[in-house]
Amino acid sequence: MESVLGRYRNLTILVGVLFLQVLGLAVQVKRSGDAEHTRLIRIWAVDAITPFERAFVSLQNRADDLWKSYFFLRGVRAENRQLKQQIEEMRLEQVRLSEDAAQARRLQALLGFKEQVIGKPLPAQVIGSSGSDLSRSIYIDKGSNDGVAQDMAVITANGIVGKVLRVYPSTSLVLMINDQSSGVGVLLEKSRLQGVLRGTPTGELSLDRVMSDEQVSPGEVVLSSGGDQIFPKGLPVGMVTHVSPGHDLFLNIKIKPTADLNRLEEVLVVTEQQESQPVADKATRVRAADILAQRLPSVPDKPPATVAGAIASANSGATHAGAPATANLPTNATAKPLAGNAASTANVSPAPTSGTSQNPVNGHAVAGAPATPDTTGSPKNQVSLMPAAQSNLENLTPARPKKSTSAAEAAQPRGSSAQSTPRSPDSEDTPH
Amino acid sequence: MPITYTSGEQIEVYRFSIPVTIGIPLFALFFQAFIPRRLPFFSIFDLPLLVTIFFAMARRNPISGLLTGAAIGLVQDMLGAYPIGIYGIAKTVVGFGASSLGAKLDVENAGARFLVTLAFYLIHQAVYFTVARGMVNLTMNWSWSRGVIGGLANAFLGVGLYFLLDKLKQRA
Repeated sequence: MESVLGRYRNLTILVGVLFLQVLGLAVQVKRSGDAEHTRLIRIWAVDAITPFERAFVSLQNRADDLWKSYFFLRGVRAENRQLKQQIEEMRLEQVRLSEDAAQARRLQALLGFKEQVIGKPLPAQVIGSSGSDLSRSIYIDKGSNDGVAQDMAVITANGIVGKVLRVYPSTSLVLMINDQSSGVGVLLEKSRLQGVLRGTPTGELSLDRVMSDEQVSPGEVVLSSGGDQIFPKGLPVGMVTHVSPGHDLFLNIKIKPTADLNRLEEVLVVTEQQESQPVADKATRVRAADILAQRLPSVPDKPPATVAGAIASANSGATHAGAPATANLPTNATAKPLAGNAASTANVSPAPTSGTSQNPVNGHAVAGAPATPDTTGSPKNQVSLMPAAQSNLENLTPARPKKSTSAAEAAQPRGSSAQSTPRSPDSEDTPH
Repeated sequence: MPITYTSGEQIEVYRFSIPVTIGIPLFALFFQAFIPRRLPFFSIFDLPLLVTIFFAMARRNPISGLLTGAAIGLVQDMLGAYPIGIYGIAKTVVGFGASSLGAKLDVENAGARFLVTLAFYLIHQAVYFTVARGMVNLTMNWSWSRGVIGGLANAFLGVGLYFLLDKLKQRA
């Protein structure tokens, strides 16, 4: 026996080492839900490698910052101009979307839906990877010391990235969505079909569990469904690139991720998700027309004589506070004294940037003074109309004789152009 | 391609200093984890595998080779997301095979090294695939094209890397 072992010593040791590793692997697979038993040895390896990665990333970022902030400034001015224009466009888009969102919240509140909200996103930097093209995972520079925990969602502004698989004191391992052991609950934006997003061995994404009789077209946007209890619902995931009949009555759908998973540098860890009942937004709304009105050039201050004339003209029609903006209002809309009739004017305007407000003393338009919302009826905070909005209003507001305007009606939270108009109860129908 | 059969007396056995023995595998693991985040195509390379093959062929001792492979593979597993042991088993087999081959063949020239690296890359992938699919139940699909492309890329890189690492060898 000894001679046999001596003769095949190398082979015996090989079999022994392999047997030990297979045994260890079997134990881990059997306890697949419990990662604690290998935690300590993983920490050793991570602690040996990640400090170098962290140092390299830090050095690289500093060099990059130095270059981009002090030397390579070519095209910055043009880019700045372009970004400003983009901000303007996005503000308008935001106003439009916030209207839709408010409407959705109202409906959800009516139906008693609950929504998931991203509470605290924690920025983190990618410092390394698992170093294999057979598994897709990355290391980030935030760990349990920073509040990161297992199964937290990791996202970017463009889309979801993955989930936290293992947490160490100062680093975490993130399993990306294109790893073959990963699975994400998703839905298609238009058709609202639900499925499971899985990674493939080649690092691509495929959508499983969509029946072959369903209509899915390339280009359709894929969102997280929230069904996996990790990613909040509605986050962008990817886009359908290819659809073909698969096996077992399911479609074979390829997805291109919206986040560039191969070139991640910074990510956000969703450390807190709140589930709340949506509340209908009762806050003052800003409309796209208001944004446009703010961007129009304002009219310089009128000389007092002109204003006085306007007041006289307005008062001759027994309207209200003598502001130029009200000069052409229906002559018999209100019949109140000049001073202290703010209740009849819409002085609750939320448009602080309109650039004009009325003089505290005489109610004249004062350029540059911010118009603060006021529901008290104080005349000093009355808001005058922007010229463009005013002319629109003059054209659109029909004369409504014999109707008085109450303070409560005037205090409806509307855009600045309409807010300055004395509103009758049915003036909601007035087109803007 | 000159792969010559060599008698035991003709084979030169090398050893390495302790800093090199520990430092080179750690550097390989570090670069393998770090570089693919900046250069995604680099993930096709397997630096720890190349280092395993190099040490195994230089030492020409099967036990030393398999232990080196097991150690490097296990550390690589510890950094990954899957259970520890998949790379460990694959690199143990490669370390044993490369050192056994090194004891019998002259693998000092570039052509032999290229072929040996290509062959062991495929063996490594096959063992990894078998263990990952058979034991860990990972859904993996074998791809010959991917294997061959990866093997050729690693073989080219390996030939260059081995010449650099040759400078660190010490005659035993």
